[in-house]
Amino acid sequence: MMVTIAKRLMTVVPTLIGVVIVTFLLTRVLPGDPAVYFAGPAATPQSIAEIRKSLGLDRPLPDQFVRYVNDLAHGNFGNSLSTGRPVATEISSRLPASAELTLSGLLLSIVIAVPLGIFAAVKQGSLVDHLCRIIATAGVSLPVFFTGLLLVYVFYFRLGWAPAPLGRLDAFASSPPDITGFYLIDSLITGNFETFRAALGQLMLPAVTLAIFSLAPITRMTRASMLAVLASDFIRTARASGLDGRTVILTYAFRNAMLPVVTTLGMVFSFLLGANVLVEKVFAWPGIGSYAVEALLQSDFAPVQGFVLTMAVMYVALNLFIDMLYGVIDPRVRLEA
Amino acid sequence: MKRRDFLKSVSGIAAGSMVGAPAIWSQAKADARSETLLVVTEGGPNNLDIHGVGTNRPGYETSWNCYDRLITHETRTLPDGTVSYDRDRFRPELAEDMNIGDMSVTFKLKKNAKFHDGAPVTARDVKWSLDRAVTVGGFPTVQMKAGSLVDREQFVLVDDSTVRIDFSKKDRLTIPDLAVIVPGIYHSELLKKKATEKDPWALDYTKSNTAGSGAYKVTSWKPGVEVVYERNDNWVGGKLPQLKKVIWRTVPSQGNRRALMERGDADISFDLSSKDTSEMKKDGKLVIVSHPIGNGMYSVDMNVKNPPFDNPKVRQAVAYALPYQKILDAAMFGLANPLFGGPSNNVTDLTWPAKTGYVNDMAKAKALMAESGASEIETTLSFDLGAGDVSEPTSVLVQESLAQIGIKTTINKVPGANWRSEMAKKTMPLMLNFFSGWLDYPEYFFFWCYSGQNAIFNTPSYVNPDMDVLIDGARAAAAIGDREKYARDVEGFISKAYNEVPRIPLFQPFLNVATQRNISGYVYWFHRQLDYRSIVKA
Repeated sequence: MMVTIAKRLMTVVPTLIGVVIVTFLLTRVLPGDPAVYFAGPAATPQSIAEIRKSLGLDRPLPDQFVRYVNDLAHGNFGNSLSTGRPVATEISSRLPASAELTLSGLLLSIVIAVPLGIFAAVKQGSLVDHLCRIIATAGVSLPVFFTGLLLVYVFYFRLGWAPAPLGRLDAFASSPPDITGFYLIDSLITGNFETFRAALGQLMLPAVTLAIFSLAPITRMTRASMLAVLASDFIRTARASGLDGRTVILTYAFRNAMLPVVTTLGMVFSFLLGANVLVEKVFAWPGIGSYAVEALLQSDFAPVQGFVLTMAVMYVALNLFIDMLYGVIDPRVRLEA
Repeated sequence: MKRRDFLKSVSGIAAGSMVGAPAIWSQAKADARSETLLVVTEGGPNNLDIHGVGTNRPGYETSWNCYDRLITHETRTLPDGTVSYDRDRFRPELAEDMNIGDMSVTFKLKKNAKFHDGAPVTARDVKWSLDRAVTVGGFPTVQMKAGSLVDREQFVLVDDSTVRIDFSKKDRLTIPDLAVIVPGIYHSELLKKKATEKDPWALDYTKSNTAGSGAYKVTSWKPGVEVVYERNDNWVGGKLPQLKKVIWRTVPSQGNRRALMERGDADISFDLSSKDTSEMKKDGKLVIVSHPIGNGMYSVDMNVKNPPFDNPKVRQAVAYALPYQKILDAAMFGLANPLFGGPSNNVTDLTWPAKTGYVNDMAKAKALMAESGASEIETTLSFDLGAGDVSEPTSVLVQESLAQIGIKTTINKVPGANWRSEMAKKTMPLMLNFFSGWLDYPEYFFFWCYSGQNAIFNTPSYVNPDMDVLIDGARAAAAIGDREKYARDVEGFISKAYNEVPRIPLFQPFLNVATQRNISGYVYWFHRQLDYRSIVKA
């Protein structure tokens, strides 16, 4: 097992080198001159030159690149100009917000989509199956910012059930002590149930938005995979042996159908992180995606590079984790590796 | 736990939290609410100090409220009942009195003025802070220069509580320039301790900490999320503000800002779009205050360096072809002062921004085009996507009417971050532009936008020695108080600019603010940011 992990990690190195080079070049090729942007109103050519020099942008590109890589090696992602803080601090304080939101959305989606997919497969062609198809299609065809705004309009503005879309906590509530960075977990650890309820309330609408968006791939994949398995010989044998339907479907069929579902989950998680950017904007969520977009709009290189690098590392870790999970679900995969 | 039970409990929690949301208020929170102001805007500061590298506009707001200046403006009530700063009347803030001599001004500091940490404010702090403003470079230094404050030698320490500022030359803008945001007074003893060799002015520290004597201090700042202020109970710069705490939240979505206001969850939404303003005015649930932005205008600018717009006849044809009223209605929902349709392009008074004599007159435009000898013109019309809600509809209307006089345009949308660098290149042939100056004087506008120094804001690249004579003449006349010559020169340069028309004024936009009915005391300031100090919550 350790050898497999080590081997997998080795293949990651070239990927990361590639990411570093591409992000560096991309941010330099993009139009927009950060020095001019940050010189502000009433800038003179001289004040722009002063700022360019203080940002180190007057040096040749290879020189800038060497300094950048050297900084990275020391764990220094550089300073964000738009928020004025070190990028590493910003990312580590914002990543939990994004992760909490994405994981909640994903969890919610799994809880709904997997049973729905199984049910649709078992009762193929039934009303539930059609309903499942309609929900999935509708969910994936609505852009997240639209679903988000719609939910805010209905549940906050019209009905007043949801709290104001003001980010992770209401403006007058105080945040729980920073242990894991996940407000739900931190408030539970410290036994602060008022904060837990407030944080959960704030999380509800954005998590539902993300869940609606990700229902489709999970439901459809569960259904298709279950259909294939249900039609196979060993299920027929199991049924013929007189096992009850529940055991056949959950223990035998579903376990075998899980492999493609888990693969899909990995992909869904990746694109949820992407979809997050828009959801964060709508709900004023202080996550990593809105931070990166903001930085990109201001030609602020360092956060964009930091963001892309963090994402790359996360995808790599996620893929590794899923590969390991295959082995747990299906021992045959482990043997082949 | 069985799957079904799990599902039940999850949906139970979900429903519980949604229905229960309004009930999370405890009594303590309700009390805090009545003494706290909740402000929502589209963006937040990137730096708490206006002297910092690349501090954005929201950052100015923090500087304004957390630092004092020697002097500030009085306020005045306008005919419509709203309150604005008074351009021409000053009052002391940190200074006790101001004594203007022939070539210098002397300030005596208030005796009991203290910084947030309790240290007294001395003349040394004033000298250090003004030195900092003219030395750090970038925007603060340029702004100081606009008032002929350029050299550290100009700031003289007289004694512990007296400072003299020597004029480098006579300039009417020197005193007003001491009341803008930049010359705030910083806690020099504290900042000297925070300074390093690479950072002698401690910009790193003031980036995320406030070190002033102002009415508010920042207690928490989460970039892109919120700024929390607490009142400085020992403030001597003016009447103690009513609000103990101000929470300023960033809410990027315009629709949500409006929902928060209409649900009564936020107290003030600052800098609204014209669309929201006109709709919310009709609803009548909230108080909406609109002020024309001083010394500001949207305009259509043409690069006079290159054909076809080097030909004045073509420029005039464009000026007669624009559908002004349609633009005003579609882009601004009528919420702007028209700068067209005046009696003549030769103005005869000092009102600024002034109306041009142009109106939408297609016959005249076509005649001028025929006269100009230009034909088959193809060009691009650029605008800043950052101001897209105004510029997008405007650009389509401009494109449509220019097509009728034989000018084909392609629309070029420039992302906000690139707009300044595109402006600096001076290659855009035709563009929609907005400029506003803090110091509300016509010669200030012309100094940036029309003079031969060809600053970045002179987007048409209009250079004309005759124009420079008039601009310099007006500045010199203002400095020595020669009203007659000043009036002659100002009327002269406005008329010249309108006849030769390198930029076609469209309208003067408004700054729109929505507040709840229990909020009063809002004041419009030249810097177009919110001053918390005068706000009262009933």
